[in-house]
Amino acid sequence: MTAEIGLAALWMAAALCMLQFIAGALATRSEGNDIGALTRPAAIVQGLLALTAFACLLWLFAITDLSVKLVATNSHSEKPMIYKLTGAWGNHEGSMLLWVAVMALSGAAIGALEKRLPERTIQAVLAAQGAVGVGFYAFLIGSSNPFERLPSPAAQGAGLNPLLQDWGLAFHPPTLYIGYVGLSVAFSFVVGALITRQVNPDFARAMRPWVLGAWVFLTLGIAAGSWWAYYELGWGGWWFWDPVENASLMPWLAATALLHSVTVLAARDALRTWTVMLGVVAFSMSMLGTFIVRSGVLTSVHSFAVDPERGVFILILLALYIGGALALFAWRASSIAEGKRFAVASRETALVFNNIMLCAILGVVLLGTLYPLMAEAAGDRVSIGPPYFNPVSAVFALPMFAVMAVGPILRWRQDSARRISKGVIVLAAVGVVTALAGALLSDAGILPILGLAFAAVIAVAAVMPLYGRKLSRTPMATWGMVLAHFGVAVALFGMASESGFSKETLAAVSAGESAQIGPYEVTLEGVEPLAGPNWTALEARLSASDGGDAVILRPQSRTFVQPVQTTTESALLNRWDGQLYAVLGQAAGDGRWQLRLWWKPFVAMIWYGSLLIALGGILAAVGHIRRSRRRKALEVRLAEQEADLLLVRRQEEAMA
Amino acid sequence: MMRRLWLMFAAIACLALPLGYAAAQTADETSMADTQLADPAQEAEAKALMESLRCLTCQSQSIADSDAEMAVDMRHLVRSRMQAGESPEDIRQWLIERYGDYISYAPEAGGITWPLYAIPAVLVLLALGLLVRRLRRS
Repeated sequence: MTAEIGLAALWMAAALCMLQFIAGALATRSEGNDIGALTRPAAIVQGLLALTAFACLLWLFAITDLSVKLVATNSHSEKPMIYKLTGAWGNHEGSMLLWVAVMALSGAAIGALEKRLPERTIQAVLAAQGAVGVGFYAFLIGSSNPFERLPSPAAQGAGLNPLLQDWGLAFHPPTLYIGYVGLSVAFSFVVGALITRQVNPDFARAMRPWVLGAWVFLTLGIAAGSWWAYYELGWGGWWFWDPVENASLMPWLAATALLHSVTVLAARDALRTWTVMLGVVAFSMSMLGTFIVRSGVLTSVHSFAVDPERGVFILILLALYIGGALALFAWRASSIAEGKRFAVASRETALVFNNIMLCAILGVVLLGTLYPLMAEAAGDRVSIGPPYFNPVSAVFALPMFAVMAVGPILRWRQDSARRISKGVIVLAAVGVVTALAGALLSDAGILPILGLAFAAVIAVAAVMPLYGRKLSRTPMATWGMVLAHFGVAVALFGMASESGFSKETLAAVSAGESAQIGPYEVTLEGVEPLAGPNWTALEARLSASDGGDAVILRPQSRTFVQPVQTTTESALLNRWDGQLYAVLGQAAGDGRWQLRLWWKPFVAMIWYGSLLIALGGILAAVGHIRRSRRRKALEVRLAEQEADLLLVRRQEEAMA
Repeated sequence: MMRRLWLMFAAIACLALPLGYAAAQTADETSMADTQLADPAQEAEAKALMESLRCLTCQSQSIADSDAEMAVDMRHLVRSRMQAGESPEDIRQWLIERYGDYISYAPEAGGITWPLYAIPAVLVLLALGLLVRRLRRS
């Protein structure tokens, strides 16, 4: 029964989405009709219905209802409850339902809360939201129905891929999806503003929390994914330039550019066209990300062609939305009045320069990701990996870091190079000293050393905007920027020292023997079998000592029962200056075991930095929302005072 | 195109035979797979090479970070040939001849991959040009 309720809720939500689209579209066509008033209630009820559908799916997974096809193919009654629930979105159909539910809920939030923009614009925004939603409902109900029943219930479920039975990965997809959906909301705002010709600072302020929110979730999602790859895959790598990773990085790059551009529009009324363009690009990238991950085009262009139904559907949606958005942009861009101008030495110029660099990196990642697919379609097979991505993106990233250090100490509109020269000299000195120290004291490559130098420069530059300010009166949004930029420095430091100074030891040892890795001596004390709820494992007891007390590490090689698959569970030893990473490999046959050991200096900084970046984003969002609330309250109070004055004057006139 | 495909199949078949044989043998046929080379500089070169070779049976993984049988065999091949004195580029070329460009993650500028380097450069020049024009006007 629950499955049928879920499906019914989904159909009704789809119908309301259609209504929201049509009503909003009709409302923009002529002045003075009331049909647009339908959009807000439609959006709110649609959000509740989509939430109901998703709740139904969660329930089906919680009770392991094996008469539902999706549950039977992806779950198992013996699985821990938490992974039963997260299994609901660990598959194609469930994750698309999650996407639609999050999207409908954001529409509901706009419908219920957004009061700053003219009503016409909001109706157009909701219409755009509806237009995107209708395509996804059609995809979900038409070719990926999550509530489909089996002719007869299965005896037992097929289980969930053990690699996915992990905290990091359980919450990684929904986090990314919320980010993707946030960008679709930003896109709806762009369309709404284009249609009603309201590309102005008010529009930028209304859109900014959505961009910031999307960006925070994308940051967290990417960091979680990278952390998962780091400790779960068992090879110590944290970024592989894998197409799936790139699919999440591209929207993040676009969102980062959009975030900075929307800030310029809100604060200075400049970069109007550019902001609108970035809104379209950011949404296109999140659609493309969905396509890459969901269509199966990755495994091979050929396997995509063999079972093309879903892939082609998403491809059509992709073409329709991106094409439509670009057409609308081309049609209306000329109607956007030019924003305020600015001088060469100004914060705007720095921001535009970095926007261009971010877009260039985005272009490099996009090209490198799609090129093998295009080449394969043309009959050639090529692989594009780190040897391409690292140096080519660094060509654009390094100048960007330099400008990022200087930008925040520049003034808006017009500034002089002389005023900031002292700050620039300090930053340059920090950079040169760090680079020289790195080059002289280590044998690391050029990119890690440049990375270290820029990390130091950005760390100092990040706190410079606070210089000479009264800290207690510094706006929250400025703190957000300081924190986020500092986070970039921290993450960059982690990346540079991991790639420049990691040590690796591969050793075959029998019990009692040891191996040396970095500052540690690691001794294999023994290997023992172990059983968990749905797996068995071989667990090694390693004692690691750097001269002081020995610490015990327990890496495992796990074999899952349902489905049968072996995973490595690495063991990590955290120290302030790095991480010892230990993996148990195969048995060598003669009583010896393969051990893979790494010493990775400051590697954890990559993820601490990402957390700081996200925290900075949250601070900025909260700061902006609070400020606009205060402004609204002030406006209301001013209006009341004016009304009072008017009343007093009228009374005086009447008396006289 | 067809001829190329056949060549690739033939190459894989040729390589699969000895590799399959190796897998059936005891560990000493792949003993170099996870044994570091004595010379740290040579080991670093081998490591860099392995990180830029695709494991053909995995999804988007290099042979340096996979437990797949093929990756293990190829690590053995890379390390033993390096030890025998071959240069990393020779080994890469040898592998590319057998398996095609697909095996190498490092596309060379030239042939069909030149747009990978040309397009970003052109786009950035264009964007910077626009920015400069805009700034001149104000």
